[in-house]
Amino acid sequence: MRALSELVQTAASEIDAATDLAALDAVRVTYLGKKGELRARLKSLSDLPVDERPTVGQEINQAKQELQGLINARREALGTAALEATLAGDAVDVTLPGRGASIGGRHPVSRAMTRIEKIFCKAGFGVRTGPEIEDDFHNFTALNFPENHPARAEHDTFFFPGGNLLRTHTSPVQIRSMVEEGVPIRIIAPGRVYRCDSDQTHTPMFHQVEGLVIDRGISLANLKAVLHQFVESFFEREAQLRFRASYFPFTEPSAEVDILWEKGKWLEILGCGMVHPNVLEAAGVDSEEFTGYAFGMGVERLAMLRYGVTDLRTFFENDLRFLRQFR
Amino acid sequence: MKIVASWLREWVDPDLDTEALGHRLTMAGHEVDDIRTEGDGLEGVVIAEVVAVNKHPDADRLSVCQVSDGSSETIEVVCGAPNVVKGMKSPLATPGVTLPNGLKLRKSKIRGVTSNGMLCSAVELGLGDESDGIMSLPEDAPVGTALAEYLGLPDAVIDFDLTPNRGDCFSVLGIARDVSALTGTKIKDAIAAPVAATIDDTHPVQVELPEGCPNFAGRVIRNIDPAAESPVWMTEKLRRSGLRSIHPVVDVTNYVMLELGQPLHAYDLKLVSGAIRPRLAKKGEKVTLLDEKEVSVNADTLVISDDSGAIGLAGIMGGLSTAVSDSTVDVFFEAAFWPQEFMAGRARSYGLHTDASLRFERGVDPAGQARAVERASALLLEISGGDAGPLVMNTATEFLPKRETIHLRRARITKLLGLHLDDPTVVEILQRLGLEVAPAEDGWDITAPSHRFDLEIEVDLIEEIARIYGYDAIPETTAIAETPLEVVTESKIELEYVAMTLVARDYQEVITYSFIDLESNKKLAGVDPELVLSNPISSEMSVMRASLWPGMLIAAAANAARQQDRVRLFEIGKSFHGSLGDHTEVVRIAGVAMGSALPEQWGSKSQAVDFFDIKSDVSALLNLAGDTSRFEFVTTEHTALQPGQAANIVRDGQIIGVIGKLHPRHLKSFDLKRDAFLFELDAAAALASTAPTATPVSKYPSIRRDIAVVVDDKISADDLVSTVASAAPDLISSVRIFDIYKGPGIEAGLKSVALGLILQETSRTLTDDDADAAMTAAVRKLEEKFAAELRD
Repeated sequence: MRALSELVQTAASEIDAATDLAALDAVRVTYLGKKGELRARLKSLSDLPVDERPTVGQEINQAKQELQGLINARREALGTAALEATLAGDAVDVTLPGRGASIGGRHPVSRAMTRIEKIFCKAGFGVRTGPEIEDDFHNFTALNFPENHPARAEHDTFFFPGGNLLRTHTSPVQIRSMVEEGVPIRIIAPGRVYRCDSDQTHTPMFHQVEGLVIDRGISLANLKAVLHQFVESFFEREAQLRFRASYFPFTEPSAEVDILWEKGKWLEILGCGMVHPNVLEAAGVDSEEFTGYAFGMGVERLAMLRYGVTDLRTFFENDLRFLRQFR
Repeated sequence: MKIVASWLREWVDPDLDTEALGHRLTMAGHEVDDIRTEGDGLEGVVIAEVVAVNKHPDADRLSVCQVSDGSSETIEVVCGAPNVVKGMKSPLATPGVTLPNGLKLRKSKIRGVTSNGMLCSAVELGLGDESDGIMSLPEDAPVGTALAEYLGLPDAVIDFDLTPNRGDCFSVLGIARDVSALTGTKIKDAIAAPVAATIDDTHPVQVELPEGCPNFAGRVIRNIDPAAESPVWMTEKLRRSGLRSIHPVVDVTNYVMLELGQPLHAYDLKLVSGAIRPRLAKKGEKVTLLDEKEVSVNADTLVISDDSGAIGLAGIMGGLSTAVSDSTVDVFFEAAFWPQEFMAGRARSYGLHTDASLRFERGVDPAGQARAVERASALLLEISGGDAGPLVMNTATEFLPKRETIHLRRARITKLLGLHLDDPTVVEILQRLGLEVAPAEDGWDITAPSHRFDLEIEVDLIEEIARIYGYDAIPETTAIAETPLEVVTESKIELEYVAMTLVARDYQEVITYSFIDLESNKKLAGVDPELVLSNPISSEMSVMRASLWPGMLIAAAANAARQQDRVRLFEIGKSFHGSLGDHTEVVRIAGVAMGSALPEQWGSKSQAVDFFDIKSDVSALLNLAGDTSRFEFVTTEHTALQPGQAANIVRDGQIIGVIGKLHPRHLKSFDLKRDAFLFELDAAAALASTAPTATPVSKYPSIRRDIAVVVDDKISADDLVSTVASAAPDLISSVRIFDIYKGPGIEAGLKSVALGLILQETSRTLTDDDADAAMTAAVRKLEEKFAAELRD
C-alpha cells in the first residue's frame, strides 16, 4: 500500500487537473466517497495495532480535510470560470446605438423666444398675447400713428377687405393689456407679426417680443438698464450696447439699440423708447402720473446672432438638416 | 437720402472728419447707411482737349485722336468711344496712371497704331454707373488741370436713412441744422440776398382751396438763354446726390430742393394758359405727367390747373404740357406749401414716388417757399441770365400751422430721462436747435421755428434734449418695482411642456406661414375661407390657415424630396376661423409623421408608422392634462383623412382634436409619395387641466385574470373595455387589451380579443372566489351585450 502522503499528492494533482465540476466530483468520489480510498483506509484502521490507530487515524483525517479543502477551492475556481465564460458570451458591443426612438428638437426661433421669455419672467414680467388679425385702432391709431401718417406706409401692412389687418408688430398687445389690466404693468408679449415684404432680409412673417413697463417714476435710465441686462443675459456675456436716437410714433424719446459685434461692427437688435403720452391716454392711463417704457425685439434677429444663422429665410424653409442643429 | 459732404460743409463745417460726423448724426437719429467716397484715385487724370479725330486705318469702330493736355505736343491716343469729336474736353489718363477701377495704363499698340493714353468714361473713373462713351466736360474746362481738382474731388456722399418724423432733414440745410445743434458749430447761411426784380411781370395765381395751399411763392423770369448749360459744380453736386443733369432750369429746381428741402416746379410760361390754379382734382380729370404717362386723378388729390385743365399733380410731378425744354425762354417758378394731410398716400395711389412727394408727405417748412424761389431765381440768373419779375406770395395765414408755445417743466426732464440736467445745459441745447427759450415758472416756455413742425408737446422737447445731449450719456438705473407674486395655474398645461414632450417623442418643431393657398386650405380644412388677404405676397400665401396641416405637409414633402425618409414634424401656432368681421384664432398643436415608425436601426424591425404610433404620441399629450378617461377617440369622416382611419378626439362631448391618416387622394397635390399620419389638437381645450387629487394606494395585492373572447370585428376596443370594467366597478381597477387575433381558427368578420383584468380591493386581500365572481360577471356582460363567445 502506498504511503498516505503519496496518495494525497496524487489526489491533489488530480483535483488540479479536473477541468469541470463532473471530473472534480469523480476525483472526490475516488478519494473521499463512501467507497473511496480514504474511507477504505479508515475502515482498515482496525487491522492496525491499537496503539498505532490514533496516530494513523489522525493522519488519514488530516489528509481527508486537506483534500476536501482542495476540492472546495477547485470547485469555486471552476464555478467562477464557468460564470465568467457564460458572461463573456453575453458581452455586447457597447458602441451599437440604443434601441427605439430618437429625439426631435425645437425650432431655433422658438428656442430663442423661450429663452427671452424666461429671462423676463425671472424679473417679474408677465407674458401676454393678442390677436394676430388686428384692427386698425390697436395696430396703429392707439399707438399714435394717425391716419395718413408716413410711418404707416413703412409698415407694409397686409390688409383684409373691410380694413382689418395682420398685426405688423406686437405693440397692439400694449394697448390691449393696459386697457384690460390697468397700470402699473410689467409684461412681455411674444408672437408672430406680418409685413408685406419678402426678400433676402425680410420674410412676410416673423416674430417679435414686445415689452411694456408702466409705473410711477419709470425713466429712460431704467429702460437702458433693463435692456443692457437682457442682452447680457441672452448672449451670456458682457455686451456693449449703444442707444441711438430713432423714431417710433408710440414712444418718445425713441431709440434703436445696437450691439457691438464681431469686427467692431454695430448691429441693430431692437427698438425701444418711453411710451408716448398719446398711447397712455389712448389706453386710459394718466400720462402725468405714470410713465413707462416699451421695447420690441425681432426674435429671428436675436436667434441669428445667438446661433450664427446667416440667412433669415432658412428659419421658414423648415429643412430638417438645418433644424436638427438646434435640438 | 444722399447728402454730399462738401455741400454740407458749405453750410456748417465742424472740426470732425466725415466718418466722425456720420457717427454723431447716426447717434442723433439720422442713421448713416453708407459713406461713399467719390473721386479717389484720380491722380494723374487730367483734362484734355481733342484736337483732331481720324479714323483708325484698320478698325471701323476705333478713332485715332490727337489730344492736347496743355503741353506743347499733342498726344496720339486710340479711342473706341462713339461720342469722341474734335474740340471735345475729356479726361485723359496717360501711361503710368492707375485708374480707380484698377486698370494700369501702358503705352500699347491697338491694331497697329500706338496709343499713348486713354480718354476715359465716367464709369472708368468711378464717377458714374453708366456712360455712353467718354466723359464730356464743359467747353470751358481748363486743359491740363487735374480732373479731381476741377470737379472738386475727392468728396464723400453720406447716405442717410431718415426717420419719417423729420421731414425737415431731407436737405443739406436740414442736416446742417442738426450738425450745428450737435457740435455747436454755427450755420453759414450761404444764400445771398433776395433777387431784385428787373421787370414787373407777374403771373396770376388763384388758390381755390387755401387750406390745401396756404403758401405759394411764384416768380416770372423772362428771356433766359436757352443754350446755357448748367455749371459743372452744380451738375456734380446733383450727380453725387443721385440726380442727373437735365436742363439748367430743372437742375436749379432740383438743386434748391436738395439744398433747402423745398421742392419747386418750373413751368415754361409760354405754355401756361391763364392763371395758375391749385385746386382739388375734378372727378375723371386726366393729366399727362412729365414721365409722359397719363393718370386719371382722384378727387382727393391736389392738382395745379390752368385754363386748359390740370397741368400737374401738386407736390408729386409736373405735367408734360407746360414742361420746360431746350426752347424755353420764359419761366415761372413755383414753390408751394402743400400740407401733409393733402399729400399722404397720394403719390402711392398713382404708383409714384418722387423726390417732391417724399418731402411733402413728411412735411416741409411752411415758411420756406419764398426763400426757395429766391435761391432758384439767383441761381438761374447766374446760369442762364434773364430778367426776374417780383416775387409774388399767396399766403393764407389762417391755414398755416400755428407756432404754439410749449411749456417745458424742469422736473419732467429728470422724471422721464432719469437724469438731472442743469438749466444752462438745457437752455443751450434748445437754443442750438434754433428754439426760442423764455424762462417760466418751473421751467421754460419754448417756441419752435417753423421748420420744426414736429415739435408739438413737452415730450417732443425732452426727446430733443436727450438726442442732442446724447443717449449714451444717460445712466443705466435699475427700476425698483413692486412685483407681487402672480398665481401660477395648474388649470392649463404650458405649451413649452407640450413642445418638449413632442420633442422627446422624436418630433421636430417647424414654423410654417400662417397664410396658405386657397386650395390646400379647402382640401385639408374643408372650409371655404373668408379670411383672405387683400394684398397677399402671392396666391400661395393668401388665405389665413384653418388648419396647420397644409403648411406642415408642404414642409414634410420638401424634406422627403431631400432624401429625408422619415419625417416627424410638429407645430404650435394659430389657426384662423370665421368671417372677416367675426373671426376666432385658435392655438393648435399639430403633427405629421411619415416613413418608418422608428429610425432605421439594428435592434428593431423597420415598420412604417401607423395610426397607433401617432395615437400613442397624442395620448402622451392628452396624458399631460391628467385624467385620460375623459378623452374618447370617435371614428369620423374628415375631408383630409382616409375613411376608417380618422377619429375625432372628444373631451366631455366637445371635439378637441382630429387624428388620422392623410387621404391618399391628397398625396399627389402635396407631392407626397408615402402615407402621412396627422394629428391636430385645440391646445386650450385639450390641455385644460386641474391639479391632481390623490387617492390612497391599496396595500393589498392585486389579482390578474385573463380572458379571450370572440366578438364581431366591428365592436370597438373602447366598448369592450368599458363593458368589462362596468361588470364589477369596485373590483376591476383596470382592463387592458393584450392581443387581437383575426385569421385561421376565427370565423371571418369576427375577432378574438384577449383582455387582462387587474382586480383589486383597497380594504382587504381579494380571494379567488371574489375574482371568479367578477370574471363571471364580466363574461356575462360581454355575452349579453356583444354575443361574445368565451375562447379557451
